[in-house]
Formats: sequence, structure tokens, C-alpha cells
Amino acid sequence: MVIDETKMASLAEATSREDVAGRSLWADARRRFFRNKAAIFGMGLLIFVVAFALFGNWVAAWNNSDIDYNVMGDAAASGPSFANGHYFGADDLGRDLFARTVQGTQISLLVGVIGTLIAVSVGTVYGAISGYFGGRVDGIMMRLVDILLAIPYMFVLILLLVMYGRSIGMLFVGVGLISWLEMARIVRGQTLTLKNREYVEAARAIGVPAPTIIRRHILPNLVGVVVVFATLLVPLMILTESFISFLGLGVQEPQTSLGALISEGAGTMSYGTLWQLAFPLFFFVITLFGFYFVGDGLRDALDPKER
Amino acid sequence: MIVYILKRLAVAIPTLLVLIIASFVLMHVAPGGPFTAERAVPPEVLANLNAKYGLDQPLWKQIATYLWGVVAHFDFGPSFVYKDRSVNDIISQGFPVTLTYGFLSFIAAVLVGVTLGVTAAIKRNSWLDYLAVGISIGAQVLPNFVMAPILVLIFTLSLHWLPGGGWSFDDPRFWIMPVIALSTSYMASIARITRSSMLEVLSSNHIRTARAKGLPKRKIIMRHALRPALLPVISYLGPAFVSMITGSVIVDVYFTTGGIGKSFVDSALNRDYAVMMGVTILLGTLTILFNLVVDIIYGWIDPKIRY
Repeated sequence: MVIDETKMASLAEATSREDVAGRSLWADARRRFFRNKAAIFGMGLLIFVVAFALFGNWVAAWNNSDIDYNVMGDAAASGPSFANGHYFGADDLGRDLFARTVQGTQISLLVGVIGTLIAVSVGTVYGAISGYFGGRVDGIMMRLVDILLAIPYMFVLILLLVMYGRSIGMLFVGVGLISWLEMARIVRGQTLTLKNREYVEAARAIGVPAPTIIRRHILPNLVGVVVVFATLLVPLMILTESFISFLGLGVQEPQTSLGALISEGAGTMSYGTLWQLAFPLFFFVITLFGFYFVGDGLRDALDPKER
Repeated sequence: MIVYILKRLAVAIPTLLVLIIASFVLMHVAPGGPFTAERAVPPEVLANLNAKYGLDQPLWKQIATYLWGVVAHFDFGPSFVYKDRSVNDIISQGFPVTLTYGFLSFIAAVLVGVTLGVTAAIKRNSWLDYLAVGISIGAQVLPNFVMAPILVLIFTLSLHWLPGGGWSFDDPRFWIMPVIALSTSYMASIARITRSSMLEVLSSNHIRTARAKGLPKRKIIMRHALRPALLPVISYLGPAFVSMITGSVIVDVYFTTGGIGKSFVDSALNRDYAVMMGVTILLGTLTILFNLVVDIIYGWIDPKIRY
């Protein structure tokens, strides 16, 4: 039996090499995520939507509030066409639907992302504190969340918007007020299991103060749950905003959002101007799909046993 | 069991009080009173109006009066816009309609959703399973305000089968589209939840035992699998009910069914705070009562709950 010297040398080298190991949880998760076709597809959709929102105005031939009197009120002439620069057609006031869809997508994404950021910051801290201290503090804090969750928030949100003015800022405040509740609950549940781990016990034993333990040991371990939940929260925020805008109680003209555009499109459907519904609806649907697919992919990647 | 119910009640009642007081305070501190008109009103007239509606009283007294009216007489006070109508008149006009299609939608969502989910789980990886999963993914991005225009486009504008709006208690053709628009996304969620929990239950030990005993498949599913599999579905019913109530606003506005949601949106546009609050509190009460019922059913069906 002949042993190939060079192969043995290479094997020895390979086993003794140190940089082979070190596949962290995150590296593993990344590998699983990029193998998931639906998640990659969702990622592609999101990149497309974000690029459309960011750079769409460079392509647009018209401003989102300018009126083109050539096509105004003329259903046949206001269809999608490259000749007059209305790539997506125009709405019934003669405004360019492409520019308006860009603007609507911007607002919808912004509401989704800002609402989620509020949820992440407030909900995480609230949930971590409630879960870490436990006992009576936990009881009171969670009872408050239960009470707030049982309120039909959409009505309260509309109440707020009507009473304090329908501005984007108010919309952010309103959406942010309700979005953190569910996040706080989930973070609290995770914190309850984390705080009994040995390293937390060790930290407590050597006298690390509670805020430092939460910051150094609890919060970093919450990242997985928070990221997944946040990704799935964005489409919910977008849905909430679109719901309100559909009723005509959201952002005000000339600003618009996908919900408002869908509402306008649905209103003029019977005149045969279907593109006014189709284009905003298309961007609305692919945005939601994108976030759902990426969120599901992240969850599967971080928690392979749940598949 | 009674202790458990009492404990739940102990959460429900403060929730209701918080809702009433919070919406009242919100209304009170909002800029501009209900009688702020474009035409300046003489101060004496304004004082008279304020006195008539009790707005000259201190805040706590107003809240107490309102609370007493709501709790003791189920009286939400007068409308601020329609001089000859009380909030009760306005609400009681639309409430039966909302209740009818809401109830039908809820039943449809639960029955169809559970059936679809159970079938998909039993016939895993068959075309039926793929169909059910496909529907439930699709319906996630088709909320009621997207479903409604699409339904009208298909059944009214293209096929001329169903009336595009309006309401009649005698003619079920008016009911179909509101019920489909309202129930589809919940049906999908229920189907998805049922499917995944059914799959989990079917692979558990007690099902294997039942199968080893030679029980017929039908009996295994109906007697042993369904009950534990429905627990996650039941806990989903509470949130589903809340967002269905919210969704009824869309149905009322889009299909002009004349339900309570239309009064809400109209009063929001008219700044008729009294009607808005009445609707919010009524629907909030319904939600809280429903959550109570769900909790009790859950405690009754799940032997693991200790009360």
C-alpha cells in the first residue's frame, strides 16, 4: 500500500489550520438565508422597490403635482405612453401617475420603516426591562400592554389624526404609538428565558449593575428575534397607513401614498382607466411580498428547526 | 373556573375605562372645539351652546357625566353636528347591518379556514395542500381594501352578476361581496395556522398510539387531533375579530352598505367627536367582550391552563 506523501501533507495542513472553524451563528444563518430561493426573490423585490422610490424621480418626465392639460379628463389619452412621458398614464386630474406612484411608494416605505424603528427602540427596551426585573414590575408593565392591545387602535388612530391634524408627522406618532406593543411582548418572552442563563447569573454574581447586564448580555441576544419581527412588522405598518389613506384620512394632497392611490384608482375603475388601479396596486403587492418573504427567510435562517 | 373568569373580568373592566377616559381627554385637549366655525359666533351664543352640551363644566365632571350616561343608560349623548339626532340614533341605524355581515364573515372565515387547513394538513404535499398554501400566501397581500375593488371589477363591472353596492336584508346578493372582501384574509390566516398546528399534532405520540390501536382515520382526526390543533386558532380569533371590525369600515365605505363604519368616517370628516367616540367605545366594548369569551373558551378547551 502506497501512501501518497503529498496528500497526507495537505490533510495534515488542512486539519491543523485554524481558520477553518469559526462558523458563527450569523455566518451559518447567512448561508441558509442565501440558499432560500423565496427569500432571495423577496430581497430582489425589495431592492427594486427601494430603487424605484429613491431614483424614480430621475426617470420621471413630470412632477407629481403638475397637471398635464393635454390628457386631463380624457380617459383614452391619459393611458400609459412613452410618447408624452406618462409611463404609467395619468390620473383623472391629469397628474403623472409615474411620479405619483414614486411619491406614494416613498411615503409608504417611510411610514413602514419609521413605525418599525419606533417599535424596535421602544418595544425592545420596554420588553427587556419588564422581562428582566420580573415580579410586580413585570405584572404592571405587561398588564398595561394587554390593556392597550385590547383597544381597537385603528379608531383611536383616526381619532388622533382628525383631532390633531392630518400630517405625516402625526401619522408617524400614531403608528409608532401602537406598533411597539406586540414587540414588547415578544422581547419580554425571550428575556424571561435569557435571564436564567449561566452567563447572566455569573454577571449578577460579580456585581454587574442591572442596566449594564441588560445592555451587554440581554439586548445582544435579542437581535435575532427583533430583526425577524421587525421585518414582518414593516408590511403591517404599511397596511395600516394604506388603510387610513384609502379612507381619505391619511396624508393630504398633493402628497400621496400607495393606499390613497389605490383608493383613487378603485374610484375611477368603472371609466375603464384600469392602469390607475393597476400600477399602485402592483407596487403595493410586491412591497408586501418582499417583506414577507425576507422575514420568513430570516426566521428560517436563524431558527432552522422551525422549518 | 370562576376565579379565572373573574381574573379576566378584572382586566376587561379597566381596559374599557381607559378607553373611554382616554378618548374623552383626547377630544377635550384637541385644538378647536366642536363649535369652532369659519364664521365667528357671538360669545353669548357660544356660551349658550357650551352650556347646553355641558362643555362649561370642569373636565372631571364632564367625564363623570359621560361615563355615567354610557354605563348606566347606554347613552352616548347628542351629536355635535346633527342638532336633532343623538349618537344613539346614528349608531343604532347602522349597527344591525354591520352585525349581520360581520357575523357572516366571521363564520365563513372560521369554517372555510379550518376546513381548508385541516384538509391541507391531512393531504400534505398534494395539489390540495399546494392550493391551500398558495391561497393563504396570496391573501396575505390582498387586504380588504384591495379585495373590494377587485371583486367589484370582476362581479359587477365584468360579469354583471352582483350589485356593486348597497344593502338589503332580504336579498343575499347584496351580502356576498362584503362577506368575501371582509373574510378572505382571515380565512387565509386561519387556514395557515390550522395547517401548521395540525401537522404538528399529527406527528405527536398520542396520534401514533391512536393509529396503532387501529382507530379509523376519521375518528383519529375528529376525536384526537382537532381539539389540540384548534388551540392556536382560538387564540388568533381575538386579534382577528378586532381587525375584522376595523375592516368593516372599508366595507361600509366602499360598498355603501350603510353600516356603522360609514358613520364613523363621516363623523371623522365632519369632526363630529361625539359620534366618533360613541362608535369607538361601542366597538371597543365588543372587542373586549369578545376577547373575554375567547379567553374563557381557551381555558375550557386547554387542560394545561390553570386558573
